[in-house]
Amino acid sequence: MEDLGEIVGEFLMESHENLDQIDRDLVQLEQDPSSRDLISRIFRAIHTIKGTSGFLAFSRLEKLAHAGESLLSKLRDGVMPVTPTTITTLLATIDGVRSILAAIEETQAEGDVDIDTIIAQVNAQMNSGEAAAAPAAEAPAGETAEAGTPQSLDETPARPAPEPVENQRKPIGEILVETGAAQASDVGSALAQQIEGDERKLGTILLDEGKAQPAAVSEALQAQTPKRSIADSAIRVDVDLLDTLMNMVGELVLARNQLVRGVMETGDATLVRSAQRLGMITSELQEGIMKTRMQPIEHIWSKLPRVVRDLSQSLGKQVQLVMEGKETELDRSLLEAVKDPLTHLVRNAVDHGIEDPETRTAAGKIAEGKLTLRAYHEGGHVAVEVADDGAGLNVERIAQKAVENGLLRADQIASMDKRDIMAMVFQPGFSTAAKVTNVSGRGVGMDVVKTNIENIGGAVSVDSTPGQGTVWRLTIPLTLAIIQALTVDCGEQRYVVPQVAVLELVFIDGQSTKIEYASGAPVYRLRGKLLPLVRLDRALGLEVGGDQGVYIMVLQADGRRFGLVVDRVLNTEEVVVKALNSRFKDIGLYAGATILGDGKVGLILDVSSLARRSHLAPDAERQNLEASARAAKGGGTGERLLVTAVGERRVAIPLDTVTRLEEFPRERIEHAGSREVVQYRGQILPLVRLSHLLGAYGEEPEGDTVSVVVYSEGARSVALVVDRIVDIAENSTTARRDAEEDGLVGTAVIQQRVTELLDVRRAILAADPNFYTDLENDELLVEA
Amino acid sequence: MASRQFATFEVADQLFGVEVHTVQEVLSYNEYTPVPLAPPAIGGLFNLRGQVIAAVDLRVQLGLERKELEGPVMNVILRGDGEPVSLVVDRIGEVVDLDDDTFEPPPVTLSGPTRDLVVGTFKLDGRLMLALDVNAAVDTYRATT
Repeated sequence: MEDLGEIVGEFLMESHENLDQIDRDLVQLEQDPSSRDLISRIFRAIHTIKGTSGFLAFSRLEKLAHAGESLLSKLRDGVMPVTPTTITTLLATIDGVRSILAAIEETQAEGDVDIDTIIAQVNAQMNSGEAAAAPAAEAPAGETAEAGTPQSLDETPARPAPEPVENQRKPIGEILVETGAAQASDVGSALAQQIEGDERKLGTILLDEGKAQPAAVSEALQAQTPKRSIADSAIRVDVDLLDTLMNMVGELVLARNQLVRGVMETGDATLVRSAQRLGMITSELQEGIMKTRMQPIEHIWSKLPRVVRDLSQSLGKQVQLVMEGKETELDRSLLEAVKDPLTHLVRNAVDHGIEDPETRTAAGKIAEGKLTLRAYHEGGHVAVEVADDGAGLNVERIAQKAVENGLLRADQIASMDKRDIMAMVFQPGFSTAAKVTNVSGRGVGMDVVKTNIENIGGAVSVDSTPGQGTVWRLTIPLTLAIIQALTVDCGEQRYVVPQVAVLELVFIDGQSTKIEYASGAPVYRLRGKLLPLVRLDRALGLEVGGDQGVYIMVLQADGRRFGLVVDRVLNTEEVVVKALNSRFKDIGLYAGATILGDGKVGLILDVSSLARRSHLAPDAERQNLEASARAAKGGGTGERLLVTAVGERRVAIPLDTVTRLEEFPRERIEHAGSREVVQYRGQILPLVRLSHLLGAYGEEPEGDTVSVVVYSEGARSVALVVDRIVDIAENSTTARRDAEEDGLVGTAVIQQRVTELLDVRRAILAADPNFYTDLENDELLVEA
Repeated sequence: MASRQFATFEVADQLFGVEVHTVQEVLSYNEYTPVPLAPPAIGGLFNLRGQVIAAVDLRVQLGLERKELEGPVMNVILRGDGEPVSLVVDRIGEVVDLDDDTFEPPPVTLSGPTRDLVVGTFKLDGRLMLALDVNAAVDTYRATT
């Protein structure tokens, strides 16, 4: 059974279902001969079997199904009346189909089931039906055939005998002797005992007398049970029913927990043991029910090799498909929702991503393109990537097209991040394909992909390197998935952190391990490298606790690494992710909720958005990571700088003083006295324009938004307005001289360009003269 | 004369009512999980037979102080739009049958947040019952400040 191709397996299962339905319908048709609906339904079902068997080259099966179909078409067209005889003949045909299917299931070949007699019977039926149209005369003939009276048609039984394997059980003694697990003489004497009135089972006798090993006996018992056929081993279950079961099991777990707690208090050893047993069974039951909804992503991937093959052949391309993480499991309903978007992305990658062999060879690549599908768990989500090694997206053309379509204005392009421009392809009606093919390029697609994925609470992104390829990334939530999670305490409450995001845990005792502050930003030296820290209590807007006796969870999400400071780490457990009411979506810090062991609701933290909200903008940080990777290769250990453009000048700001990068719409800037401010997260954020501060007056950059660098400490924040964020760079040069100009601490050559280093403290004071005074008071309070 | 059934409850000594068919169940619960950064009217989350339910503090919705969620607190669980949502109230009253002729629009002198939540007044024996607009009552993004 295992060797059967998946398609054949599916065909068998589907056909078994269809046949059962046909059986029922035929029987009903006999009662209600005039029902055209029934005839049509039976006709369609047989037609499906015929079609598929033809496709799979089961020619005998096809022939038989065809005969049945012909007879049915006569009934359907009203040429012949429906009589018990025709029903019998049809049932015989169905049984013939069934025996062939059984043969296929067992031997993967059609075997030698006699179909000719059945077909002859069908043909006779059709001829007589048409010629005589005397069903009354025919009926007894059919019935007697059933009864077994000698008849010409009777040479083949109307219903083939059941498969021999199924019913006959081999005696267990025989199996044991054959496998060498027991001596023939021992089995003989055991049998003799049974005959003499010993009521124990044979296996039990052998076991009790030590004549056979328990394992061997249970193996023999299994061998004795006939193997289940495909139709018996799988059933279809309504997902709603599974949901209901799951909720009930959840309740059971809670009741179990309460019971166990109560029983523990009584201290009754027998009761405690029973309660523990109940606990184990409950856990297993819970696990089992949950698994019923999970399926490996392989299910939807399995059809893709064919898609890729057909498509690349028709396009004259060579594509190798690589799949990684097939076993990654997803909730079934999500799997369904991801199927079409994924297929679209794959087709798109083959059509537009991968170049034809000539172009590839000319570009110095191997002629065969590579398409990689990758699935993995990350930060409480499942990420699915479709990566090709093709030409990559043409950012200029996308930008140009976006301007043509009126999605962007030309002056916006210059200050936009490359990835934001690429994201334009998700806009409705957007296509840069030079020509429309039957596969893609019609401008429908990517926006549909985006909508479909967003509908299930996921996200789509794209990244591309010219000449090296494109990566489409789907991030899919685990609405109903079970995740391994760590429970942590923060303040008075318990929170849940998906374990996939956790790299390690560090306990801060304040002596050998401690939290340090780099210009106000908490960091921890993790094996010599600075790890930026996020305090969970601060991120949640709770009262901020101390720095001692706390834990740092080193987390990774979206390619960013940071430390989350929590009060206590409790334990790991499997939790069921429950979607959180839409009214909490805007908060953005929670990936969902779950029911904890004590029955209380626990909030699951969204690690990626914690990182995003409490840290740097993703792009900056990604480049930052890349920069540090580059630096690691070069062996440089200089400080990292955020390079910005102010007028004609390049100004660098030490990265560890930066809290966030933001863009504000120009119209949001308001005036308070002589200062410019914006409202930001319920606060008034003072702005200082670096161009004014540094005396770099020039053309005000055009555009609707301003780029700012936010610096926060405690409850205070200020924003430095720059024209553009250029890059993040490592300052490994020593070519630095002190600046004579106010507001700068010096200049250096970074990326072959002279760059000025900002005096951050001065810039901040220019925005908010009281910034540090209040802060120092705060710190004194904390220490006191 | 048409009549309607209302489930009644008290908040800050005022009697309120919602139509019975909007109510899933009424129960007392005593463990709530606060949701930091959530709208102020969210009292917390609780576990109703495996389902996570948001408890909306009706006091906050009416412009009053938050209710301390300590010890057992009465919840009126409304069927809601797609998923149940709970209203935290002080006390549960009776289910009353009310004729439409005892109904009047909210008094013109009624103002403030309460005005937005109330669709009308029913004159009961000895006291008044304010009929709540169920959707407005659980809308936690309504400006309550």
